[in-house]
Amino acid sequence: MTSNINWFKYASPATFYPLAGRLVPWFFIAAVLFAVPGIYVGFFVAPTDFQQGEAYRIIFIHVATAWMSMFLYVVMAFWAGVGLAFNTRLSSMMASAVAPTGALMTFIALWSGALWGKPMWGAWWVWDARLTSELILLFLYLGFMSLQAAIDDPRRADKAGAVIALVGVVNVPIIYFSVQWWNTLHQGASVSLTRSPSMAAAMLVGMLLMALAVWMYSIAATLLRVRCIILERERHSEWIGQLKELQK
Amino acid sequence: MNTPGMLDAVRCVAGRDLLCALRRRSDVVTSLIFFVIVASLFPLGVGPETAMLRMMGPGVVWVAALLASMLALGRLFASDYADGTLEQLTLAPQPLSILVLAKVAAHWFASGLPLVVVAPLLGFQFDLSADALMILLASLLLGTPTLSLIGAIGAALTLGLRGGGALLSLLVLPLYVPVLIFGAGAVEAGAAGLGATAHLSLLGALLLMALVFAPWATAVALRIAVE
Repeated sequence: MTSNINWFKYASPATFYPLAGRLVPWFFIAAVLFAVPGIYVGFFVAPTDFQQGEAYRIIFIHVATAWMSMFLYVVMAFWAGVGLAFNTRLSSMMASAVAPTGALMTFIALWSGALWGKPMWGAWWVWDARLTSELILLFLYLGFMSLQAAIDDPRRADKAGAVIALVGVVNVPIIYFSVQWWNTLHQGASVSLTRSPSMAAAMLVGMLLMALAVWMYSIAATLLRVRCIILERERHSEWIGQLKELQK
Repeated sequence: MNTPGMLDAVRCVAGRDLLCALRRRSDVVTSLIFFVIVASLFPLGVGPETAMLRMMGPGVVWVAALLASMLALGRLFASDYADGTLEQLTLAPQPLSILVLAKVAAHWFASGLPLVVVAPLLGFQFDLSADALMILLASLLLGTPTLSLIGAIGAALTLGLRGGGALLSLLVLPLYVPVLIFGAGAVEAGAAGLGATAHLSLLGALLLMALVFAPWATAVALRIAVE
């Protein structure tokens, strides 16, 4: 018996565009719903750290965005690789749409880390393994975006970007394990799936809420951006001309 | 007519590239002079104190080698792309990644090896000891082929693009960082009495990884460029 579900229904820009449009507000609302209690718990409920004082509260933004920066790179490389292998337009558009959000997350993680480093380590920046590899991650995002921007033919831009994105994936495990491999200034992970976290429950709740908020925001922003990319690339196709929101 | 075997094709491509490099010697000499000048700028910029120069010498030589080998990357495929040779190579019955490997090897002989040969001269400028010089040479010998291999991916991706040079550096330099860290780190570890073996082994591992994956990625990128 063959299945009646069409798994690839939303692989076409024409069907994905309205779906994304319907999903965007929900993800934005979810982001706000997670961020408000996350910030409240982070700033008012979570106890003051006995070693780091109040300044540690930056982690509620720092950790969430740092996780997201690495994860989004993998997502971007995944969609770029799918686009390269199966020649699907929408996957490559997804990869291009993820990149700016990923770069933003990397930048926020670096910036908040610098703000945290000044009171803790006494320096805005140290040349520690994890900081350096996160900085390289930012450069990889920027390289991917500038390569795509330099190529006029969108199909060639997709494929060339996919090659550099896949090559850069090597960096993600290096960032993730840098703290264990080199054992430098940046502290190790406090949260792990296999053992109980080494922090107060309220801190953990705040951090997870913020992580979910960042997650929802990234999905919403990516979907919003992919809608713009679809409109731009498919502007000559018939279904775009029939869109209600484009008719006056 | 027989199609030539893979080794014949490799010999032919590498031989042709080496011959072209030999006929255009000024290209090689220019990037060598660039290498020497960049490294000589540092003592002028930070002051001529011997102790400090000795400490930063290996890193400076490595950064200069990195920049010089990146500047040479533009020559790797550009003329072949312009005159259509590259399209013929992609149509050849031999696997493109093997032909790419031959081109990269010839390119390293013409642009990477001279850097390694000149490096001791710069080492004397920075007052490195004989031991440190030997480690620097070994690390450059292991590291510069990796630079050529990784750089080939970037050179293939940016073929015929606007602002190729700056874009190439943006793509390639972040990927060069591990080679730089272990290359310069080898000399520092040797000077600190820790032994350079670990760093040199890691450089060798990077070279082997690059030998396996980079020609393949470069071949994919070249096919995208000539499409």
